[in-house]
Amino acid sequence: MPTLNDILILLPEFYLVAAACLLLLLDAFMKPAQRPLLHWLAIAVLLVTIYLVIAGQPEQSVTAFGGMFVRDQVSEILKVFALGTTAMICVYARPYLIDRKLFIGEFYTLLIFAVLGVMLLVSAGNFVTLYLGLELMSLSSYALVALNRDSKLPSEAAIKYFVLGALASGMLLYGMSMVYGASGMGGTPSLDLAQLHHVMAYTTAPNLLLFGLIFMIVGIGFKLGAAPFHMWIPDVYQGAPTPVTTFIASGSKLAAFGMAYRLLSSGMGDLSQHWQLMLAVLAVLSLAIGNLVAIVQTNLKRMLAYSTISHMGYLLLGLAAAGPEGYAAAMFYALSYAVMSVAAFGVILALARAGFECEEIADLKGLNQKSPWMAFLMLLIMLSLAGVPPLFGFWAKALVLEAAIHSHMMWLGIVGIVFAIIGLYYYLYVIKVMYFDKPAEGSVLQSKPDVPLRVVLSLNALSLLVLGLYWGPLFAWCRHAFGL
Amino acid sequence: MFNHLLSLLIWLPIAGGIPVLLAGASRPNLARWLSLLVAVLTFVVSLFLLVQYHPDAGGMQLNESYLWIASWGVHYSLAVDGISVALILMSTFVGILVIVGAWQVIQDKPHQYMAAMLILEGLLIGVFCATDALLFYALFEAILIPMFILIGIWGGPRRVYATLKFFIYTFFGSVFMLIALLYLYQQAHTFDMATLAALPLTMQEQTWIFFAFLIAFAIKVPMVPVHTWLPDAHVEAPTGGSVVLAAVMLKVGTYGILRFILPITPDAGAHYAWLVILLSLIAIVYIGYVALVQEDMKKLVAYSSVAHMGFVTLGIFIAFMLVRQPGYGDMALLGMQGAMVQMISHGFVSGAMFTCIGVMYDRLHTRQIKDYGGVINVMPWFGFFYVLFAMANCGLPGTSGFVGEFMVILASFSASPWIALFAAFTLVIGAGYTLWLVKRVLWGDITNPHVAEMKEINGRETFVLAAFAAAVLALGVWPQPLVHLMGTSVSQLVQQLAIHKI
Repeated sequence: MPTLNDILILLPEFYLVAAACLLLLLDAFMKPAQRPLLHWLAIAVLLVTIYLVIAGQPEQSVTAFGGMFVRDQVSEILKVFALGTTAMICVYARPYLIDRKLFIGEFYTLLIFAVLGVMLLVSAGNFVTLYLGLELMSLSSYALVALNRDSKLPSEAAIKYFVLGALASGMLLYGMSMVYGASGMGGTPSLDLAQLHHVMAYTTAPNLLLFGLIFMIVGIGFKLGAAPFHMWIPDVYQGAPTPVTTFIASGSKLAAFGMAYRLLSSGMGDLSQHWQLMLAVLAVLSLAIGNLVAIVQTNLKRMLAYSTISHMGYLLLGLAAAGPEGYAAAMFYALSYAVMSVAAFGVILALARAGFECEEIADLKGLNQKSPWMAFLMLLIMLSLAGVPPLFGFWAKALVLEAAIHSHMMWLGIVGIVFAIIGLYYYLYVIKVMYFDKPAEGSVLQSKPDVPLRVVLSLNALSLLVLGLYWGPLFAWCRHAFGL
Repeated sequence: MFNHLLSLLIWLPIAGGIPVLLAGASRPNLARWLSLLVAVLTFVVSLFLLVQYHPDAGGMQLNESYLWIASWGVHYSLAVDGISVALILMSTFVGILVIVGAWQVIQDKPHQYMAAMLILEGLLIGVFCATDALLFYALFEAILIPMFILIGIWGGPRRVYATLKFFIYTFFGSVFMLIALLYLYQQAHTFDMATLAALPLTMQEQTWIFFAFLIAFAIKVPMVPVHTWLPDAHVEAPTGGSVVLAAVMLKVGTYGILRFILPITPDAGAHYAWLVILLSLIAIVYIGYVALVQEDMKKLVAYSSVAHMGFVTLGIFIAFMLVRQPGYGDMALLGMQGAMVQMISHGFVSGAMFTCIGVMYDRLHTRQIKDYGGVINVMPWFGFFYVLFAMANCGLPGTSGFVGEFMVILASFSASPWIALFAAFTLVIGAGYTLWLVKRVLWGDITNPHVAEMKEINGRETFVLAAFAAAVLALGVWPQPLVHLMGTSVSQLVQQLAIHKI
């Protein structure tokens, strides 16, 4: 029987479920003209959930429902950022959705359910919760990608995402079943991540365990979008409606980091010497493929997709370091990436209008003349993504590189740094288009007059500069979460 | 104010850039006057350094230190020695002149231009007083951003190529420095430069770190063979951009050598001094010849910059070579001093040369030497300044160019007469390309009818050129204050070279 304590621990999640259901009902009985109310309610719900997460923050790691659910600092930080970026997405998305007649209640409820999936996933203490959270997030995302169901490209992207995503989930599940099996050989079978930590010590089938680990890493690689499991990323990023892409690039990446941490560190921590090298290989491949292919892209969303792949390579550098320092650096990286990518897509959303997606890089031509403030924000975002000091993205890169060097993987650090130079080019190219090119004939580049969008986006992009100048507390928070 | 003099110097121009930006394209004159005000204020504040800094005491003075990132032990810590003070004064001085120089010339988005200049100035001052390695690195990289914008928006026809090359090339070098710094952090658990300087390192470690630093700074200086971004960047940059690039930004490279290579890897530095000396001599001789055949005035001066910066690196590494031989301590000191004087002098001379070219370019919109000829007939006052700076560029006694070169040649003679012979070559080649440039541009008959329509320099241009001329002559005739300002710091630096770390 669940105790009151269990329910208290899961209060933010319960609240979010209840609120999402209410929003769903409200939407059903609402006149279309009242829909802005739903928009603000959804944002309010997300903000209240952030409050509940922070207010109920436990001193120590606590578990609920017999270890199924873990509430610790790591999950708290990831939840706060996932909820926060999702609230930002709601603000950025409104004018875009209105222009495309997609301003419907389903967007908000699906988005909230996806975030709920993220919250469960990052708090998972058991294979079952983990899988539950993953599927809740993924299924909501598939539906979100297909939101504009009459349009060809999003439908194609959704099918692709769904098929590949289901395959990856299957791999993950298959891996989990092998690990479960291995845990039963020589001991009591367990799905509990904390207990699986020591399976290696007693199992009579270590090869089965390793096999399971490999399948799980495939699943993780897919969710992160790390090469060679990155094929879905460019198509989905390009095909999905931009607000949905934003979520896939932020909330779902935070979730993927959480999943990787739970599975590898909590669950398979004893096998770290085995998965370290696997992650290092994934990291190098992601860095190489992401950065090199991004150079030739002409579509901004696709370019950002490949840039995501390379960023996941950096994140993996931190994870591959396999120690509290590495995890803290990787989490810092995940957080910084979420903030940066939300801002980058936010600019696209701010410039898009009816019939103009603003998703080609060439669409940004002469932005500095048409709208200097937006150009300046995009400049900050691009330099931050490229990792130029003193912006936020640089420190994130420096931290994962330090983590790699710290765990005696100097070569990995050097690979990372070399690809940072290559990656610099395509970010600078965007700045070149915005600043050095003349605007095209009849260019209508103007940011939307939507005040909340402009204010939040400005704060979002300026936060890259502010956090770049003063990132100490955030990093200290990340380190604290891993007991440093 | 005096407790935070350095912070004020850094943040005044950066913060001043914001109202200039806000003045907007609609009020260009407000933006111009505001930026001039900020630049002059910064210069005035920098003059207080002369009062507050005590040259004879030596060491790092005017310390400011605050914990910046607790978990990494990174400090926002600033301090200056004599070399920094000289470089900061030069930056603030040049800072005013580029603002004045761009007054009418930049008509397209002047507020953004001025703001970028001011922010660049603040960041450069920051580089010259950072004493935390990570803070130094962050500023060292951050200066690329405004320069990238300056060349890219207001540059010449091939500006996009040049500015991308500039950014990526420089970034390429500095990331290796980052790796080296992270490695040092693993060893020392701090980024404090004084602690890093005292860190014992094996020869193998020193060698790796030495080359990581050398790549970063050699590209910035730039040294042969990684100098190729400079001619492109200079040619395409707007006049103000070229002036700041040549006068101040290149010094960041040599300053980095002084602050990082010298104290952290003295043994590797001494061991590989021959390599850097060789590269410097190639820069002096070969690049001198390359300058001789240039048809573009800006390119010519850009190559001559590479050759002159070769003198700076030569002087520094001659000191490396000499200081460990008994009895050559004074000569090592002389070489280092010469390098420092050359660093400051080159700032003024090259800045002035680029300003002169800018003045001509504004009138004729070409930088090709063959389009000119007989300019002196229509612009006698301009000709006067141009000849003066040309003389300084070839190192005529009485101008600032002579002092540093002479000291470096003298020091290198005691290392090896051969080094001195090649170094002294510059007096011939330098005179060759500079005087030939003057001959083709200024003297002779007017062949191009457009040259006949060129107007004499106006008051604003005269002010800029006269200010440069004053600095060049003052340093040439009476270098003593500058040598005194840097003296103790330089000798302390040389003493540090002699310390074995192994």
